[in-house]
Amino acid sequence: MVLIRGAEATIYLDKNLGEVIKKRLPKRYRVKTLDDAIVEERTKTEAKIISDARRAGVPTPIILDLKDDEIKMEFIKGETLRDMVDEQMMEKAGEIVGKLHRGKIAHGDLTTSNMIYSSEDRIYLIDFGLSRYDTETEARGVDIHVLFQMLKSTYNDHEELKNSFIKGYKKNFGEDEANSVLKRVEEIERRGRYK
Amino acid sequence: MGNLLKMTKDTIILGIEGTAWNLSAALVDERKIISEYEKPYLPKEGGIHPRDAAQSHASNIKEVISKTIKKAEIDLDEIKGVAFSIGPGMGPCLRTVATASRALSLLLKVPLLGVNHCVAHIEFGRWLTGAKNPLVLYVSGANSQVIAYRDKKYRIYGETLDIGVGNAIDKFSRFFGLKHPGGPKVEELAKRGKEYVRLPYVVKGMDFSFSGLVTAATSKSKENSLEDLSFSFQENAFSMLTEVTERALSYARRDELLLVGGVGANLRLREMLETICEEREVKFFVPDRRYVGDNGAMIAYTGLLMLKNGMVTPIERSSVKPNFRPDEVEIPWF
Ligand SMILES: Nc1ncnc2c1ncn2[C@@H]1O[C@H](COP(=O)(O)OP(=O)(O)O)[C@@H](O)[C@H]1O
Ligand SMILES: [Mg+2]
Repeated sequence: MVLIRGAEATIYLDKNLGEVIKKRLPKRYRVKTLDDAIVEERTKTEAKIISDARRAGVPTPIILDLKDDEIKMEFIKGETLRDMVDEQMMEKAGEIVGKLHRGKIAHGDLTTSNMIYSSEDRIYLIDFGLSRYDTETEARGVDIHVLFQMLKSTYNDHEELKNSFIKGYKKNFGEDEANSVLKRVEEIERRGRYK
Repeated sequence: MGNLLKMTKDTIILGIEGTAWNLSAALVDERKIISEYEKPYLPKEGGIHPRDAAQSHASNIKEVISKTIKKAEIDLDEIKGVAFSIGPGMGPCLRTVATASRALSLLLKVPLLGVNHCVAHIEFGRWLTGAKNPLVLYVSGANSQVIAYRDKKYRIYGETLDIGVGNAIDKFSRFFGLKHPGGPKVEELAKRGKEYVRLPYVVKGMDFSFSGLVTAATSKSKENSLEDLSFSFQENAFSMLTEVTERALSYARRDELLLVGGVGANLRLREMLETICEEREVKFFVPDRRYVGDNGAMIAYTGLLMLKNGMVTPIERSSVKPNFRPDEVEIPWF
């Protein structure tokens, strides 16, 4: 059993069983009523949307069990993209996010830490706690803005990675739809810059 | 560049800050703050009016500078550079301070140093606390950002999608007729709050948004006491900030956290951040309460770093930058 401290949750990996338990321990800094509500909402949302996303053609772990504050899911053998992302992987990620948005889902925390490059050469999307069903251009724009911001802060070749992502995203989400989302991304960036 | 060679440990820089409500000057050298003097602008009613604030700065700047120099008991020719906040900030305020700084630099025949206000908060915070390579939570009126250094620049990992947390608190407190600045008053009221009222909690990765929180909190003013609403407002806003900070600590892989900006004076926010730092074995750094907010010393100190690295600002390129972002500045001294 391996224990991983995630960005929000605690993850117990059982590689032999091929299972992962993602547990949201209470956050001591939050008042209890707020924390309880957040933990419950996010756990429920995550389990449901992970399954819906897979139905929309996005590779995600299979959900095995669900409790109030934890999800048991399939273990994905591989590594997160964080330290090995390249243009080819980013294009694939774009294709997957295109499918996700087509499936009416906004991820809410798109980063290379939430993408696993699996041993069978596929990219899995994980960490759906901040996801929701939303078909507004704004929600999709924020989704992609969050990813681009992360690329910019973390990688020197962020321009190339961004362009590869866009290429993949357009492939599955459609040129025109993708362009209107990308236009919104620029608008969101401008909003941040000028106050 | 001649100045660079002649610099010693005793090189003294004058710094002037005036991006918003606080007009403040200071003299520093590499080891210490020598003197400071400030004249904050307090709006008679409502929030900060940029033009009124600029007016106030214009009438006080002479006094602020001369008192700073007088307190230091130094000769004018000991000052080796004039540093000022070139942005981000309110246009009229920035222009007032820039005009005075240009004049002073010409008069003293020393280099002008246009300092990025946000970078100054960070460098000053590192200087005072000894933090080396921290994740930075910068929370002030107009700005709320999660920042860390990587490869010659301060990178933005997350930020507000609409208004800064300080402005959100001010909007909330103004609705209830509290005088500017609202932060300390809301902090006091919140201590007496008993019941938590659920309010919007909006986090998107490492970004966040406060405008919905302000709208919801003010719309519940009939059914709830001001104490309960202040408490709930703070709990929501600061939990959001703490959550994104924790996420960024994980993604950016830092084991130090530095809190800067005026809202950093809030003890409840500090307490929340301390909690995640304890859990993650991260060292928590925060400057003394009077130095988290805007001040001249942070500008002077950062100006000193710039001068040492030859980053002087020629007068013809000293126009203010109201939307200047920290990731636009090269940081050669890190
Ligand atoms: N199904 C899974 N298979 C393999 N590894 C996983 C799985 N789920 C999570 N992990 C690992 O745990 C880490 C944190 O999980 P994540 O769902 O992103 O939680 P958090 O919200 O805390 O970031 C991931 O970056 C990944 O390394
Ligand atoms: Mg994650």
